[in-house]
Amino acid sequence: MPSAITRSDAAVSEPKGSLLERLQNSRNALGLLFMVPAAVLLLVFLTYPLGLGVWLGFTDTKIGRGGHWIGLENYEFLWGDDVTRLALFNTLFYTVVASILKFVLGLWLALLLNRNLRMQTFFRAVILLPYIVPTALSAIAFWWIYDAQFSIISWTLMKLGWIDQYIDFLGVPWHARLSVIAANVWRGVPFVAITLLAGLQTISPSFYEASAIDGATRWQQFRYVTLPLLTPIIAVVMTFSVLFTFTDFQLIYVITRGGPLNATHLMATLSFQRAIPGGALGEGAAISIAMVPFLLAAIMFSYFGLQRRAWQQGGRD
Amino acid sequence: MTEFNRRKFLEGSAGVAAAATLGTGATVFAPAVHAQTLTYKPEKGAKLRVLRWSRFVQGDIDQYMKNVQAFTAKTGIEVRVDNENWEDVRPKAAVAANTGAGPDIILSTNDDANLYPDKLLDVTDLATYLDKKYGGWYDSVKQYVRPDGKKWIALGLGTAGAMMVYRQSMLKAAGFDSFPKDTDGFLKMCQALHAKNTPVGFALGHATGDGLWAHWLMWAFGGKLVDQNNKVTIASPETLKALEYGKQLYATFIPGTLSWLDPSNNKAFLDGQISVTNNGISIYVAAKNSPDAKLKEIAQDIQHSVYPVGPVGKPTESHLFLNQMVMKYTKYPQAAKDFLRFMMEKEQFDPWLTACQGYISQPLAAYEKTAVWTSDPKNTPYRDATKNMRPTGYAGKLGYASAGAGADFIVLDMVAEAISGSKPPQEAMERAAKRAERYYKV
Repeated sequence: MPSAITRSDAAVSEPKGSLLERLQNSRNALGLLFMVPAAVLLLVFLTYPLGLGVWLGFTDTKIGRGGHWIGLENYEFLWGDDVTRLALFNTLFYTVVASILKFVLGLWLALLLNRNLRMQTFFRAVILLPYIVPTALSAIAFWWIYDAQFSIISWTLMKLGWIDQYIDFLGVPWHARLSVIAANVWRGVPFVAITLLAGLQTISPSFYEASAIDGATRWQQFRYVTLPLLTPIIAVVMTFSVLFTFTDFQLIYVITRGGPLNATHLMATLSFQRAIPGGALGEGAAISIAMVPFLLAAIMFSYFGLQRRAWQQGGRD
Repeated sequence: MTEFNRRKFLEGSAGVAAAATLGTGATVFAPAVHAQTLTYKPEKGAKLRVLRWSRFVQGDIDQYMKNVQAFTAKTGIEVRVDNENWEDVRPKAAVAANTGAGPDIILSTNDDANLYPDKLLDVTDLATYLDKKYGGWYDSVKQYVRPDGKKWIALGLGTAGAMMVYRQSMLKAAGFDSFPKDTDGFLKMCQALHAKNTPVGFALGHATGDGLWAHWLMWAFGGKLVDQNNKVTIASPETLKALEYGKQLYATFIPGTLSWLDPSNNKAFLDGQISVTNNGISIYVAAKNSPDAKLKEIAQDIQHSVYPVGPVGKPTESHLFLNQMVMKYTKYPQAAKDFLRFMMEKEQFDPWLTACQGYISQPLAAYEKTAVWTSDPKNTPYRDATKNMRPTGYAGKLGYASAGAGADFIVLDMVAEAISGSKPPQEAMERAAKRAERYYKV
């Protein structure tokens, strides 16, 4: 038995013991260990598919056949391809118009629902219905609503004597674009409204009381209290809304399949059409990857634009 | 003699002897005097997995499964059948072919077999046997699954045909006792029907099945996407003629066809809004089997016709072709081929074709005599769908290019743009050519 243990001896002997013991006593090692499942999930289900998608975009891979590296050829072709350009325009138009409408209508609904209404809970639940219904089902409903021969809208207008022939909602390019935007807005408004409502409820009533004492009008309260305090939520909800809209697929695929004359083809539907039924995986991947810069731009705008602190404090910039 | 031993030898005609060395090489051919017979020697413990497209009609899958059970009862080979939407079979089959794992047999569509011919089992012996025994494969089948003129990379199963569906009473009211046989007469009839406020309607949206009429239109006037060397030739005087004709035809359409998907014409027809469209036999079957008296009345008035023939002087129809592929990676090639042989034999195929109620047209000429084609005269025009069909990538070779161009709706978009007046025909043709060149660039 040693007569004395020096400090340096103790320091040296402390890490000794089983590997498990040492692991249990190491905060860093434990931290890393606990992060492993999440990291593996992210790597396997996010990083790898994204990386594979980027790689495929630079190849001529077909379904069932490996590809070769062809550099930027896919992108060069897509840049000169009328249908892809049209799909890009359609996607931008669809996203911008639908997102603005969803924001305006969603905010309006949220403000209404934030008031003390009778049957408040009922209305808040009902407002979510369009969002709860599976997209494919609501898309089929819209497909009937817009049908060239059976549209309930056209039928009603005919009965009222306002029109003398059925409206060709999906057969005329601009009609079709606006029709699918309307369907997207109908479906997307509840998400925006409910999220903004949650944001509205975090604003302390004392701000409104104080501003009322100072003589602020309702508009001024909205402009200088509600809006600045809601901006962080708006930034998040609109980021998601833009992302969902930009990458929309189901509504278009069910209602128009990109028609008429490719007038409603979005990047996502075109990517699918070329990659899966068409078998051109490389080209389809390139179309998908071409969406990334636009999505990044939307996120950047949201985070660095809408979340400026000056805005949130009621200032201009 | 056990089932196993009974299958040890096959007896075939001299006509199929040449094929004996192809495929697995496990079959032995010997001359037969009277009947064509072919027997395989399934592997011990063989089990088969079949992936096929979902039924177009309930009778199809019911009878198919009865035949499968009969095969299992006869051979002891267990067969599992999976069903998928027909448009989803293509990517799954391609992935199976590429990864070397999956179903042993895949029933797929159009030019799928041409995408990975080296991944498919050579079925020349079986195809040759069936050819001799059942009156011969139609040319369109050979073009699809015997691309080099020698080796069979798959078997044909048939065609989901789409024909002209019309209301006889409306034709009569417009002054036509029968459906015109040529494109000139067809245009006149459509104009007369339009004048009587009973317009026609053909899908111009991205309808994967019913949009195939656009190919018929182009081919009827001699236009084609590519020539035999896969050179893009769609921008041609012949295509231009087809588009000019189509413009006149479009003027007789009901409004809204630019947005029509596959179900749209069915709905409009059964509602009495259109007098003529192109479709599978489903409109008629739905009306005939409906409990609704109005629809039953419509069913009595429905008639079918093959497509009119254009200036090229021969049928130029486009239909959904159905094939049967045995994957090369299968552990049980003999069992798989025996299964296909069994399913194509008269005892099985004939009742199956009948159960399909006219949805499917046979790939072998002998089955033209199947009762379904005469039990109801309205079924008869669908009989010749496979016979009158051209492959999707006509007149070129089938493969990734033809599959991609078809899936991208190049011909349909061109026809829709030109005949609706959205683009001048010349410009629509040139746009289509540019898009097609991308697929056929190699």
